[in-house]
Amino acid sequence: MLKDITIGQFFPADSVIHRLDPRFKIVMTLLFIIMLFTGQSVVSLVFGIAYTLTAILLSKIKLKMFAKSIKPLMPFLLVTALLNILFVSGGTVYFHWKFLKITSEGINVSVVMIIRIIVLIAGSSLLTYTTSPITLTDAVERLLSPLKKFKFPVHELAMMMSIALRFIPTLIEETDKIISAQKARGAEIDTGSIKDRAKNLVSILVPLFISAFRRADELATAMECRCYCGGEGRTRLRQLKSAPRDYIALAVTIGFFACVIVINIIY
Amino acid sequence: MDNIIEIRNLRFRYDSDSEKPSAEVLKGIDLDIKQGEFIAVLGHNGSGKSTLAKHLNAILLPTSGKVTVDGIDTADDSRLFELRQCAGMVFQNPDNQIVSSVVEEDVAFALENLGVPYEEMRQRVDDSLKAVNMYDYRFHSPAQLSGGQKQRVAIAGIIAMRPKCIILDEPTAMLDPQGRKEVMSAVREMNRKYGITIVLITHYMEEAVQCDRVVVMESGRIIMDNIPEKVFSQVELLRKIGLDVPQVTELCWGLREAGVDIPPEIISEEECVKVLLKLLI
Repeated sequence: MLKDITIGQFFPADSVIHRLDPRFKIVMTLLFIIMLFTGQSVVSLVFGIAYTLTAILLSKIKLKMFAKSIKPLMPFLLVTALLNILFVSGGTVYFHWKFLKITSEGINVSVVMIIRIIVLIAGSSLLTYTTSPITLTDAVERLLSPLKKFKFPVHELAMMMSIALRFIPTLIEETDKIISAQKARGAEIDTGSIKDRAKNLVSILVPLFISAFRRADELATAMECRCYCGGEGRTRLRQLKSAPRDYIALAVTIGFFACVIVINIIY
Repeated sequence: MDNIIEIRNLRFRYDSDSEKPSAEVLKGIDLDIKQGEFIAVLGHNGSGKSTLAKHLNAILLPTSGKVTVDGIDTADDSRLFELRQCAGMVFQNPDNQIVSSVVEEDVAFALENLGVPYEEMRQRVDDSLKAVNMYDYRFHSPAQLSGGQKQRVAIAGIIAMRPKCIILDEPTAMLDPQGRKEVMSAVREMNRKYGITIVLITHYMEEAVQCDRVVVMESGRIIMDNIPEKVFSQVELLRKIGLDVPQVTELCWGLREAGVDIPPEIISEEECVKVLLKLLI
């Protein structure tokens, strides 16, 4: 049952978006998020939608996958929409009961809000869908590398992230084993009240933690045996090279951003 | 041939600095290993064989005595990386020694640490993966590999450093028979084809039989050090310290006890079959 958990879902494919330099992708995603929230009007939202749809189509990833990533957030979206409808007032009043009012402005705001959040999720999912976690870590390390001057432990952070990613499948497998072992000894993990279940969780977490510490110890020794001594003077097998397409993509993104700002000024 | 590893009167105890030091784990070990040798270290749990292995690349330092690897004293802190490059170590659990989520990047890990330039690194990573027959899996995630494959990746990660000597601490203990075979054949190839000295810590007799030389340890001392034929012919002694003997040796020993005329130094199946056929026909 735990096998289904994937963090930073990545769908390998051969597309322009997949081939983009991950550093550029991160920067573009950030620009995209800022763009969505600076845009005030419906027209700028259309720009955001157009940008996301183009990227999705280019990525060769099925729209269904994006729908899947939005689905679990539906309740949250509905509550947000409801609150906006009920409490934002202005324009024509359609319905009035005590302090609750449904107005045209409220409906407008909530519809725009929902669309904006959906576009936001779809657009930023694209980053993790088209970039493997390990490349992403690498890109984060390089983007943050100027911070090294301020003694910020960039390399250590990236190393921690990549080791965490490396051990997720191992620890999931281990958890499965421990659950089976505890079930075989009569632990009831899937049944009982919430309190009982929480208690039973301890019987899974304790062995898991002990084993994780043992693994950490062994891994540290193995790393030392392979001459690991921090980020100083390291070279890399994975080379990140920016190609003309990266600059073109970035230019397009900036173009969209500029349009949104212009629209903001005009309206 | 020159000695690559020289151990002189090595004694070791854990927490030797504290007021109540624990009992000695290694009680005076003397051992010379020649360049290009394939040597097995046998012994049951707690005999000190893993502790000995950890002295060969300075994970542990002698309480007294001296360990020299390729002319480098392991206690010399300034030459630590040189030493660890020269004597690579492979551990028991393949999962706990793979650092990266991509096979080829894991193999490159040591080279990245040493600051090897990209072009050379690429070449060495590819060569190492080909040497252990894992080149086709270079883009896989370790999670997708079997135990034997993971252990071979770990070996590739070590040979990428171009060591003169590899120490393997029970590399097959967690593997299925298939994985064990894969790893042993990779290790043998490292020794035969590339002339790398192999120190194999194991408790599988079948693996020890394949070596040039077998060292048997018992409670912190070396009690036997000879070619496998000589070591395994001493069945009673091995039994006494709680070790098994290879099946073939056991069969021959049993027959000899029963009065059948069989020479004592048979360890390979083919040899055994030959001798038995001669007796029967």
